[in-house]
Amino acid sequence: MQAKDLQKELQSNIRDYGMYIALFAIMAVFTVLTRGVFISSRNIADLMNQTGYIAILAVGVTLVIVMRQTDLSVGFLSGFLGAIGAIAMVSWGWSAWLAIPLLLVLGILAGLLTGFLVASVGIPAFVATIAGWLIYRGCLLVVTRDTGTIVIQDPLFLAIGSGYVPDLLARLPILPHVHKLTLLLGLATIAWANLSMARSRRSRAAYHFDVPPTDLFVVKQVFLSLLLAAITWVLAGARGLSWTLVVVLAVVALYDYVTHQTPIGRYIYAVGSNPDAAEASGISVKKMLYLVFASMGLLSAVSGILFASRLQSATPTAGTLFEMDAIAAAYIGGVSAAGGVGKVTGALVGSLVYMSLTSGMNLIGVDISLQYIVRGAVLAAAVIFDVSTRRHPR
Amino acid sequence: MSRTILEMRAISKAFPGVKALDGVTFQVREGDIHCLVGENGAGKSTLMKVLSGVYPYGSYEGDILLEGRVQTFRGIADSERVGIAIIHQELALVPDMTVYENILLGHEIRKGIAIDWNETIRRATEMLRKVGLALNPATLVKDLGVGKQQLVEIAKALSRDVKLLILDEPTAALNEDDCDNLLALLDGLRQQGVTCVLISHKLKEVIRIADKVTVLRDGQTVRTLDARAGEVSEAALIRHMVGREITDIYPKRGPVAWSVGGAPADGSGARGGAEVVLEVRDWWAEAFQEPILKGINLHVGRGEIVGIAGLMGSGRTELARSLFGNPDHYRLRGDLFIRGERRALAHPRDAIRAGLAYATEDRKRNGLVLIQDVKQNITLANLQAIARRGVVDNNAEVRVANEYKTALAIKTPSVEQVVGHLSGGNQQKVSIAKWLFVKPELLILDEPTRGIDVGAKFEIYTLMNQLVEQGMSILMISSELPEVLGMSDRIYVMSAGAITGEVAGAGATQETIMQLATRN
Repeated sequence: MQAKDLQKELQSNIRDYGMYIALFAIMAVFTVLTRGVFISSRNIADLMNQTGYIAILAVGVTLVIVMRQTDLSVGFLSGFLGAIGAIAMVSWGWSAWLAIPLLLVLGILAGLLTGFLVASVGIPAFVATIAGWLIYRGCLLVVTRDTGTIVIQDPLFLAIGSGYVPDLLARLPILPHVHKLTLLLGLATIAWANLSMARSRRSRAAYHFDVPPTDLFVVKQVFLSLLLAAITWVLAGARGLSWTLVVVLAVVALYDYVTHQTPIGRYIYAVGSNPDAAEASGISVKKMLYLVFASMGLLSAVSGILFASRLQSATPTAGTLFEMDAIAAAYIGGVSAAGGVGKVTGALVGSLVYMSLTSGMNLIGVDISLQYIVRGAVLAAAVIFDVSTRRHPR
Repeated sequence: MSRTILEMRAISKAFPGVKALDGVTFQVREGDIHCLVGENGAGKSTLMKVLSGVYPYGSYEGDILLEGRVQTFRGIADSERVGIAIIHQELALVPDMTVYENILLGHEIRKGIAIDWNETIRRATEMLRKVGLALNPATLVKDLGVGKQQLVEIAKALSRDVKLLILDEPTAALNEDDCDNLLALLDGLRQQGVTCVLISHKLKEVIRIADKVTVLRDGQTVRTLDARAGEVSEAALIRHMVGREITDIYPKRGPVAWSVGGAPADGSGARGGAEVVLEVRDWWAEAFQEPILKGINLHVGRGEIVGIAGLMGSGRTELARSLFGNPDHYRLRGDLFIRGERRALAHPRDAIRAGLAYATEDRKRNGLVLIQDVKQNITLANLQAIARRGVVDNNAEVRVANEYKTALAIKTPSVEQVVGHLSGGNQQKVSIAKWLFVKPELLILDEPTRGIDVGAKFEIYTLMNQLVEQGMSILMISSELPEVLGMSDRIYVMSAGAITGEVAGAGATQETIMQLATRN
């Protein structure tokens, strides 16, 4: 009975599990090949920080693709906005507290402009955003023409991309080389995850809905807790939680909540899956297009901030090909080009898969030409897997 | 005496060139099942689109009164707000979402800013019970059959306190069991006080369930019949639905001249009218486990015009497509003979090679390339004929196009004119020219005169006569009964995927055909 349930669960979620299995396999292979260096706390912390700006873009791109649209302008938009931020702080003497909100607002405005072109004027998103790609690239070159690379010194701004959450508990006399705040936060997360799952299960049971049998539920919770504990331990082993990771987790958590739990989120998927049905249900397709492109613009700004902060400067080439990396990550994360299917958490895992490949191959010194080929093959394999698991009748 | 819930007064709606509705009045009493019947193009769907706000206030003349108040809908959302729910033939569900998400899509149950999923599922389950659908609400809609999807749509409508439920041919795509379920459900809803407007072609169904029936014809209300007064019968409905006069716009045709045109080179055509160009025996088609065609037997002789009559959804176009290389990939069973030889046509390409041509019903969607010019459209299906070593000879193309332009009297400044700019009648001629250029022996014409004016119709009819006089055969699908009667040598009538009768063109009446077409 139990095994059957597990099998059924596995079958119906094969796509999601496949992605996690792939991530796990890639990490395991590189750990072996690098004799453990890959899984070291320091490398994992670096990997998370490298993944940050792509993961943020991939989250936005996922929703854009769910809506059957595309956005190629996000790379140079994020580069351009990063440069604006640098100029605001360096040339105009603004503090990061002012510069960051400015960038977020500019990002939303840029997204609304794309939304206007696509939803109101009726230009295909592909073309509208190639125009954006060219224009933002030009803008980036204009604003960095006189200065070249602009070095940023604002400590607050730099902390976002390369700083870590300070260990407020460092004085506690236990575990000398471990980031104790991270450990505490990790334990708190585990407790919260278990409590909220148990509560949701109780509330479903109160409605007399089907709930998984108790033993299966416990096994699942133990597995999840161990996984979270392992991640926590690895992160706590180095400098702890980076601010980049905090930003990424916050964005993913927010978007995951909005897409799953709020009407707006459901409308995005409804429009992507069947625009006519959505319109007939009283949903404005146009409004949703504006919304999704505005969110894309906002996330481009966040990504630009993360990248500029990580590089500690704005450069004339910032953002080059970010859009392609983000789109690839979104597809690896399980979004469907036909629209209506794809998760925000998938975008995060897809980005991790993509960046783990890069990071791992760099560690073992694979030539860059071969790296591109491997990444391309993995992307193709992910989508082939996706298409074939979708086609089989359940 | 219950009150009038809906009144539509003197509704008129014009499209460019057509008056779709011409002063229609329509009254629905609360708690009734009110059926709306009429031939294709009578204006039923247009009327319901006016009612549901698809055509917004101001784009039509007349008034809509719901519970005595004039309504000015600007869109579907407005009509939904006052309790009108319309269920279209094309279902409006989101395939990648679960049943419960679909049922409450657009009016979610919230707890704070978030959706209360447990309450959503409970409510959806309750609605599913109401429509008698026992299934897990977490099922994805795309995994359901059409019949169940229909019920989910109704559950969705019921979940939003509907005052008036409109169903546009809900049973057209359903099998018999699903039909029965649906009718029983509507009966149950009537007892719970739900008012319902049902558009249907199936008169048996109408007679079984209706309290009142309004008949539309050519955009006008013919009559409203009351079942309780015993006014509703098949004969009465058919009499009111047809009744258009057959005028003499159908040209007479001369005897077949066997020597010209499409006769095969081996001279077999010379044997005369007895030769059967196309025949199918016990022809079945199936898609997604639902039967589309049920044991069709038909044949077309050389020089014959054979009509296929039937109402929308009766399977006429599906039959044509299954014969013409089966581009929809139905699962086929049965035998297809071309000039007495058993053939399997796996692709439209095979069908064209075997001497078939098919001018589609929807020339804008899959008949013509609207942004290309006349000559490119005419030569598209037979480019090899004007190509030399794989390169299209542009001069030959112009020459060929001009020949057809003259022969079919296509009114266009030149063959370089973009097809999208021509009138409907001339577009239709281009579509026919395209298929004549493949030199077929059997030309299938699907709704050859839909949406074109009387003058152009006459020219098309004349052309059809010329073609059969030259020895070509024509299989004509048409929804216009006078046209079928006026042009065909023989007529097959289809209903629900089966042929319900075969009649000779001469002597048949609209009533006999309508009777066969509504039998199922």
